[in-house]
Amino acid sequence: MASRRGEFSPQGRQAFYFALLLAPPLLWLGIVYLGSLATLLLQSLYAVDEFTARIVPEFTLATYRQLVTQPAHIDILLRTVLMAIAVTVASAVIAFPVALYMARYASPRLKALFYVGVMLPMWTSYLVKVYAWRLILAKQGIASWGFEQVGMIGALDRLLEVPVVGGPSLASSYIGMFVVFVYMWLPFMILPLAAALERVPQSLLQASSDLGASPAQTFRNVVLPLALPGLAAGSIFTFSLTLGDYIIPSVVGAPGYFIGMMVYQQQGTAGNLPLAAAFSVVPIVLIGLYLMLARRLGAFDAL
Amino acid sequence: MLPAIELRALRRAFGPIVALDSVSLTIAPGEFFALLGPSGSGKTTCLRLIAGFDQPDSGTILLDGDDVTSTPPFARDVNTVFQDYALFPHMTVADNVAYGLRVRGVAAAERARRAREMLDLVRLGEFGTRRPHELSGGQRQRVALARALINHPKVLLLDEPLGALDLKLREEMQAELKGLQQRLGITFVFVTHDQDEALSMADRVAVFSNGRIEQLDTPRELYNRPQTAFVARFVGSANVVQGETAQRLGGPGRAFAIRPELIDVLPGTAAAPAGHVQCSGEVLDALYHGASSRMRVQVDAQTILAVDQAELRGATSAMPAVGALVRLAWHPDHAVPLRD
Amino acid sequence: MRSERQRRPSWEQPSLLTKVAAACGLVFLHAPVWVIVLYAFTTEDRTYRFPPPGFTLHWFEVAFARTDIWESMRLSLLVASAATLLALVLGTLAAFALARRKFTGKESITLLFVLPIALPGILTGLALLAGMRTVGIEPGFWTIVAGHATFCIVIVYNNVVARLRRIPPSWVEASMDLGARGVQTFRYVQLPQIASALLAGGMLAFALSFDEIIVTLFTAGHERTLPIWFYNELFRPRDRPVTNVVAVVVTLVTFIPILLAYYLTRPRHDD
Repeated sequence: MASRRGEFSPQGRQAFYFALLLAPPLLWLGIVYLGSLATLLLQSLYAVDEFTARIVPEFTLATYRQLVTQPAHIDILLRTVLMAIAVTVASAVIAFPVALYMARYASPRLKALFYVGVMLPMWTSYLVKVYAWRLILAKQGIASWGFEQVGMIGALDRLLEVPVVGGPSLASSYIGMFVVFVYMWLPFMILPLAAALERVPQSLLQASSDLGASPAQTFRNVVLPLALPGLAAGSIFTFSLTLGDYIIPSVVGAPGYFIGMMVYQQQGTAGNLPLAAAFSVVPIVLIGLYLMLARRLGAFDAL
Repeated sequence: MLPAIELRALRRAFGPIVALDSVSLTIAPGEFFALLGPSGSGKTTCLRLIAGFDQPDSGTILLDGDDVTSTPPFARDVNTVFQDYALFPHMTVADNVAYGLRVRGVAAAERARRAREMLDLVRLGEFGTRRPHELSGGQRQRVALARALINHPKVLLLDEPLGALDLKLREEMQAELKGLQQRLGITFVFVTHDQDEALSMADRVAVFSNGRIEQLDTPRELYNRPQTAFVARFVGSANVVQGETAQRLGGPGRAFAIRPELIDVLPGTAAAPAGHVQCSGEVLDALYHGASSRMRVQVDAQTILAVDQAELRGATSAMPAVGALVRLAWHPDHAVPLRD
Repeated sequence: MRSERQRRPSWEQPSLLTKVAAACGLVFLHAPVWVIVLYAFTTEDRTYRFPPPGFTLHWFEVAFARTDIWESMRLSLLVASAATLLALVLGTLAAFALARRKFTGKESITLLFVLPIALPGILTGLALLAGMRTVGIEPGFWTIVAGHATFCIVIVYNNVVARLRRIPPSWVEASMDLGARGVQTFRYVQLPQIASALLAGGMLAFALSFDEIIVTLFTAGHERTLPIWFYNELFRPRDRPVTNVVAVVVTLVTFIPILLAYYLTRPRHDD
């Protein structure tokens, strides 16, 4: 005999409230965000008519073909990917000692200090940080002053003369851009790495050395493999953030275009939204592939 | 008179696991009722269904004759004391106790008065302004009690109320709960896995196993006349004798239970009293427990009997050594036939 | 045991190299921001010469007098407030819906929440722009707010969900048992508990929105938030040190909410 109180069964009531709670955020994200992403994808399948410079709303792969056949475009893609890889490797190398110390050697108080010390720059304004580096790397800025003080100014000049990566000053060379990228994403590499390193049980290291391995061997055979998920997780950030950035290359660095800059320019002054969209699909695909690779390495468990 | 609680063929399954398998029972008003069983037996599920935190897959729940099966918890005249007490840490003790009144719109002055009343009832009258984390475990439990009683529910449910307390406190609280229930006249239903607790506090006990009620009886009946092997073992750890041995020693081919303290050890070559059942076996171990000693005797390949001997005043005889042969006897009336 | 003290790195003691490298890494992370602070006081206004020729507070005065800076600042504060409010509501609703329920598709929904912040900003920005163009909305104040709210939702969500999961289920049951309906349980039991999480999430969202440039450049149209003002100055600076002053102020404005949020979400003992 069903009770007369209430119209819905308890399960029905629960489901109703659940739907009520979830609907607004889901609708918002679905429509505003997913909807926008969909229109972007759609735009990449359109093309700009060469004569009228207007977007022709017909499905075509012409824009994509433009993307992958023009040598200038290939240059851009390659340049961006290479920079992303270089930045990832460098961040990993620099982040490691910091993460290692933080995770395993620091006293609790020092550890808290380190965590705050890594979080603060991470949350400091992005533009302020980029701007700071512009100052530092400028022609007469701190960097060259520093080199001068240690008598290495000659080395710096020679470095800047290296083709491709050099330039008139650090602030307008790929080397400078590289340094800024590494700086910006360093905290994103340090934190997952520290978390992964913290999880390595001390007993494993003791067992390794008990069995006769030198510290270097223990590092190579025990620590490094176990830290790999943390590295993979951190590298997701450094890779995808570098791939999509358009501000740093325009503020610091050589004239060569990067994917991000291309996207920004194409949708703006060049009025070629389809091409911009096509360009932006590349990072999505690359990041997707990278995520699949990183997942194999256990990055998702380390996040 | 209508029963306070009536459960009819309640069934609740979680996926492939059947927590309650068509359970029915009736609880009279003013009864102190216990749901006893090991973990996973379904007793807690049963309690939660009565409270309304879960819904049965099939069956009916009646409170005072009204069908409340699909009524939400806030509309049932039932209140619960939770295992972890569930006191709200951001409210004072008094606010916690008055919560049930606050959500019903009772005015502040009235709330304060009645909260104080309840706190006096559980002898925590001065603790109103304290916060839960400042109280001891036993005090927190009494606050939880006060909070649950402020609405004068028809039924009070208690989920393993004494589990978190140490032995001394537990014994105190047992007496206090019993006294409180008798004074208030409310029906108490509590869940426990401790048979001692159930036997000492409850008027009637339902013994749960694997989602079914094995036996529903008064504590005395459960102890003296267990109906199944499970109940015999769980309530008072009786010896359960089954199979061929049961045939040999018990009679008409059925399993039976015999309490350790009802088995006598025949000294020396003394004959057994007339009519007693007799057997013999090898002592496996013998432990001294102060007021009594417990021996385990291997009677045959499948049967080990536990034998309790009270320490008689002035007794100087040592316990039988391990490996020694002893002869046991008991009165046939003490062997309780079991259903399975 | 001086003579036995090992100089080789072992797993109990870090090597000198590790210690030095770690310290250097940390300094590397912090130094640049201090540079900005330094340059805000320089007397030289045309180049970034180091060391600065002199120190002055003159640029602070100049900056305070500039109306365009105040306009942009006002806009940024308004946008951040609106976006934070929106994110608080949507994020909290989502947190309550998803905190303890298990159902098929829960992982996909959680992924959906994370996506705006996980994908590169340029994608979000461009997508929103494409969306606007398709539907025919003109970029302006509300498009900026919409963009910011979209990736701030997950920040509030994460904070609130974490706190909700720490509330024992028996508390909600106890509240219902004592006669409280859903809204009352929310108001008396859950809200006090999540208050700190709401505050922390809100502040993080505010800081993120205030500082946002990447997506904003796409959705702002002719509006100029403070970061946009800053961005333009990077290319056509009027008074460089004024830019530095603004940088210092921006850093402080985002600094304080972050620190507060951190203190609010540290694990406590009385949970």
